[in-house]
Amino acid sequence: MIRLMLILAGLVAALFLASLTLGPADIGPGESLRALLSGDGGPLTLVMREIRLPRALLAAMIGASLGLSGAALQGYLRNPLAEPGLIGVSGTAALGAVLAIQTGLSATFALGLPLMALAGALGGVLLILLLAGPRGSSLTLILAGIAISALAGALTSLVLNLSPNPFAATEMMFWMMGSLADRSMAHVALALPLMALGWVLLVTLGRGLDALTLGEDAAQAMGIRLSRLRLALILGTACVVGAGTAVAGAIGFVGLVVPHLLRPLVGARPSRLLWASGLGGAAMVLAADIAVRLVMPERDLKLGVLTALVGAPLFLHLIYKTRRDMP
Amino acid sequence: MSLLSVQNLSVTLRGRPVFRDVSFAIEPGEVVGLIGPNGAGKTTLMRAALGLIPAEGRSSLAALEPRVRAKAAAWMPQSREIAWPVSVETLVMLGRTPHLAAGQSPSDADRAVVETVLARMGLTGLRARAATRLSGGEQARALIARALAQDTPLVLADEPIASLDPAHQISTMRTFAALAEEGRAALVSMHDLGLAARHCTRLILLGEGRLVADGPPGAVLTAERLARVFGITAWFSQTDDGPVFQPLEVLR
Repeated sequence: MIRLMLILAGLVAALFLASLTLGPADIGPGESLRALLSGDGGPLTLVMREIRLPRALLAAMIGASLGLSGAALQGYLRNPLAEPGLIGVSGTAALGAVLAIQTGLSATFALGLPLMALAGALGGVLLILLLAGPRGSSLTLILAGIAISALAGALTSLVLNLSPNPFAATEMMFWMMGSLADRSMAHVALALPLMALGWVLLVTLGRGLDALTLGEDAAQAMGIRLSRLRLALILGTACVVGAGTAVAGAIGFVGLVVPHLLRPLVGARPSRLLWASGLGGAAMVLAADIAVRLVMPERDLKLGVLTALVGAPLFLHLIYKTRRDMP
Repeated sequence: MSLLSVQNLSVTLRGRPVFRDVSFAIEPGEVVGLIGPNGAGKTTLMRAALGLIPAEGRSSLAALEPRVRAKAAAWMPQSREIAWPVSVETLVMLGRTPHLAAGQSPSDADRAVVETVLARMGLTGLRARAATRLSGGEQARALIARALAQDTPLVLADEPIASLDPAHQISTMRTFAALAEEGRAALVSMHDLGLAARHCTRLILLGEGRLVADGPPGAVLTAERLARVFGITAWFSQTDDGPVFQPLEVLR
């Protein structure tokens, strides 16, 4: 258990360093890290602190968020197919973002887009709380999430449909694919407080999720307050997914695949899976973001496209493996 | 002092009254069998007594804070739900949940309780197996062990012996009897009236939307009640090997 944690933490640290030392500016790893730490105000320090550091930080933060919330949702719903997008918040955040592009708000000031996306996420949370909390069951949560996702998707399509020119439409499409290119420390500052709040809410769910292994009735009889657990889950997921989508767009499959991959390594215990998935998610997004820069450096391959391209076959393989175990 | 006292408990689900004005109390040292035909409301009664569903009337357990209640009574639901392939030992350790403070990991005392319970339910050899890969009966035993690991004065179990082989049915009922000897008590719903008659100190018969009878097996399982509530005839006798009850024919 502790060994797995150390391995995952080591992997995250190594990928974080690799992400920092990788970029179009041709600088050696030692030199770039020295520039990052020394802070002599030179151009190299600027590159490191304003371009590469936020990118690496966001990759780790978003990956951890997706892994953690995916594991928490799978644990709560007792379904390995649950993923962070399920509660519909990423859909409404994306709607806010395309509206920001449509209205030109994103062009007028730098954080216009992420702020609008956050507003969209907030709208999604309020809607899901209205529909699924505080007395709803896990089934109402799934149904409400599907309904909200569908509505947000339809409205996003409408905005695309009515976009004033093909450039705006292309911009929206590209944004929705998810990317960490050209993000600044302002994005980190915007996302970090919300994500930190979400992480705190989600990691405290471990014991309740463990108890839920036995079903809602047994968990309740063991003293778990299910309505409180569900509220913390929805708010925590909304914080991390909303903030993540706001700064980076939709990055799929991480929240689905990472818990699935790590579950056998933690003895299938939901509480342990939370921590492991957080670290695993960070490692996966860092690795994917390194890959998009290595595979096609000149074509700006989108991160969300790559995670889906790698994630979907991985998931197919996992299903194939699980199928063999089934009767 | 009663471990559970229920007064005038009534439950209405979706506008349909399930039962009305059920009152009883469970004292230390009792193994109470909850019997009744399908749909009589046995599960509903136990869930209402625990406060898991809204009900009219009073139940001493439902009045407690969830965490306090979890130390007063353990509940084994009928659905054998095990969502993840956790090891049997981990599953049984879940029963210690109410005894752990936030963020506290299981102590040696918790592990000792789990050891005792594993041995009691004959699960020591299966401890490392994934609980989802056990047979139905083995899963049932693991879930009973989980409820026992909660180490509460009262255990409520919903058809715990339904999928067990005869040897494990008897040994499980003996386990409840052993709990009673320790000064605890169990409320067990069951359909096997033969086992109920042999192993319960007392039976509560639920049917016709109310509590029909409450007392020692011999007093509850009368021919007239069996005919009216279950629609069966039966042979029931005190033999040299203890009470023997055998259902015979369907009457309607």
